[in-house]
Amino acid sequence: MTACLEILGLDAAIRRGPRLLRNVSLSVAPGEVRALVGESGAGKSMIGKAVLGVLPRGIEVTSGDILLEGQNLGALSPGLRRRTVGAAAALIPQDPLTALNPSRRIGPQITDKLVHLLGWIRARADARARELLDEVRIRAPERVMASYPHELSGGMRQRVLIAAAFASEPRLIVADEPTTALDVTVQKQILRLIAELQARHNTAVLFVTHDLGVVAKVSQSVSVLFAGKVVEAGPTEALFRAPAHPYTRALMAATPRYTDPFASLQPVPEAVLAGLRAEVAAEDAAREARNG
Amino acid sequence: MLLKTLLARLASMVITLFGVAVVVFVIIRVAPGDPIAMMLPPGASDADVERLRALYGLDRSMPEQFLIWLGGVLQGDFGTSISLRQPVAGLVLGRLPATLELSALALVIALVLGGFLAIFGARHRATPLEAGVDLTNGAALSVPDFLWGLVLILLFGVLWPVLEISGRVSPRLDLPFATQFYLVESILRLRFDLTADLLSHMIMPALALALPLAAIIAQLLKQSLKEVLNLDYVTLARVRGYSELRVILREGLRNAALPTLTLVGVQFTFLIGGTVIVERLFSYEGLGNMAIDAVINRDLPLIQGIVLLFAVIFILVNLAVDLTYSLLNPRLRHG
Ligand SMILES: Nc1ncnc2c1ncn2[C@@H]1O[C@H](COP(=O)(O)OP(=O)(O)OP(=O)(O)O)[C@@H](O)[C@H]1O
Ligand SMILES: [Mg+2]
Repeated sequence: MTACLEILGLDAAIRRGPRLLRNVSLSVAPGEVRALVGESGAGKSMIGKAVLGVLPRGIEVTSGDILLEGQNLGALSPGLRRRTVGAAAALIPQDPLTALNPSRRIGPQITDKLVHLLGWIRARADARARELLDEVRIRAPERVMASYPHELSGGMRQRVLIAAAFASEPRLIVADEPTTALDVTVQKQILRLIAELQARHNTAVLFVTHDLGVVAKVSQSVSVLFAGKVVEAGPTEALFRAPAHPYTRALMAATPRYTDPFASLQPVPEAVLAGLRAEVAAEDAAREARNG
Repeated sequence: MLLKTLLARLASMVITLFGVAVVVFVIIRVAPGDPIAMMLPPGASDADVERLRALYGLDRSMPEQFLIWLGGVLQGDFGTSISLRQPVAGLVLGRLPATLELSALALVIALVLGGFLAIFGARHRATPLEAGVDLTNGAALSVPDFLWGLVLILLFGVLWPVLEISGRVSPRLDLPFATQFYLVESILRLRFDLTADLLSHMIMPALALALPLAAIIAQLLKQSLKEVLNLDYVTLARVRGYSELRVILREGLRNAALPTLTLVGVQFTFLIGGTVIVERLFSYEGLGNMAIDAVINRDLPLIQGIVLLFAVIFILVNLAVDLTYSLLNPRLRHG
């Protein structure tokens, strides 16, 4: 079975500047949820952006391949790549407050892609939008579709964005910290919704988060990232049972537990960090050697 | 709620106009120059002068003159032009359409040109093409409208004479028009030969007026487009698979246009002010040209009438900007 998403030896860097992704490899099978964890700045979002082709200006992929449904994206022309990614993938963004165009109604923001990119007729796209809004448990789909973003709460907007992401039946969804901007009670509902729709539609998900509690809940596999390098990866259950890398163990120790919220919360020990820096330096040296 | 806002706007409009009327009334009477002296042949007797002064009410005290004028205005009578000996209202309203058409054409050119440059620059941001747009903007901005007028006359009137350099329409043409809105009427009557003739007269003055405004629009709109294009909803649109141009047009333009719009309103009033000199330069028979004649002749009632009309136009432009703004911004629309 070919992977839905396959990343092979991906390197990204600021133009004429430091490396941001270091030889990243990972794959997501159809219907699988792979979590990407790591501290802030580790490069989690960068991986998602590289896949979706929306890296910030000045940051470029310097080597490695991204295969979406077996197709090597790097081999496509920019226009074709854009349409291919648009048709096969979607994004659930971090901040629902800024991810909807404030001057356009909700409905078209969901159906745009169906109509303009996939060539659906308007009526079918509208029906599809209503269907998905129903799936994310929005009670009055018609009213919401006629609303402007500022008329909806943050939780409602994130539901809308989830509906929009799933509307085109993408094979892959990149969810970049989809609950970080929401308050705790809403977070759980949104997580449950994503898991539910993902299972129903059998969608592969690259789930970016820094919260190991979330990882345990939603994912089947994990990649742990430090300074743009995957330091450990594997099935979620196995990784939680027996974390191999000291950094993973440190992250787990730093995750608050509901049973004992004050006991844990320790920073990553200095010895572990020193080890990580050495690993990163070794990887950089290896690249130097490869490139001559 | 809406009615209340509208009434408040109307009240402030009346107050503004009253202020403008008072200030202009005083300034043009305090300024040196005597309209009566300019009307009479040299050697006219003092008695003749006094008779004329009385005829135009200039022998009275300033407050008295103002009240008489105001009383007339309230009845729709703006006085009689001293130099042209016709009612001011008719003269001014007869010239207004020419200036409105010229300003509107200039605005359209500025919006199209500025919008195009802004979108082009944003599309090619951080490349030499954007630098080219900035350079063009800088050039357009550093030259005032009347100098652009001279440059254009030199280029398209002298070196490569393809456009008319003077007047509003070729005098040899029969004009079947019922109103003074020649350009609009020629289009409505499908007389495109006349439209072409009118445009060949209007393009240069309109372009001269438009270039500085186009540069301002290009600069500002490009800047806010670049800001908007970094926002999350734009990234989301890119992920959907839209081309960069489509992203700019569909997601960026409307939100980026809001901050530009307010400034365009203010700048458009400057553009209308610019018609005074540019119309003169191209002997275009509009309100601005008439204003210069009125000032040269110290034609107090005419000056007063023209200034008041300009003030009304400025106020209406600002009102139109506010309305468009709230139309484009759903947050305001649903108050
Ligand atoms: N536009 C940019 N220009 C230059 N460097 C950037 C830019 N955006 C991000 N970076 C750098 O790239 C690195 C990875 O950033 P990324 O956003 O992927 O981190 P992250 O793991 O998603 O962190 P977070 O949890 O804070 O979202 C960081 O060191 C960051 O400073
Ligand atoms: Mg991130």
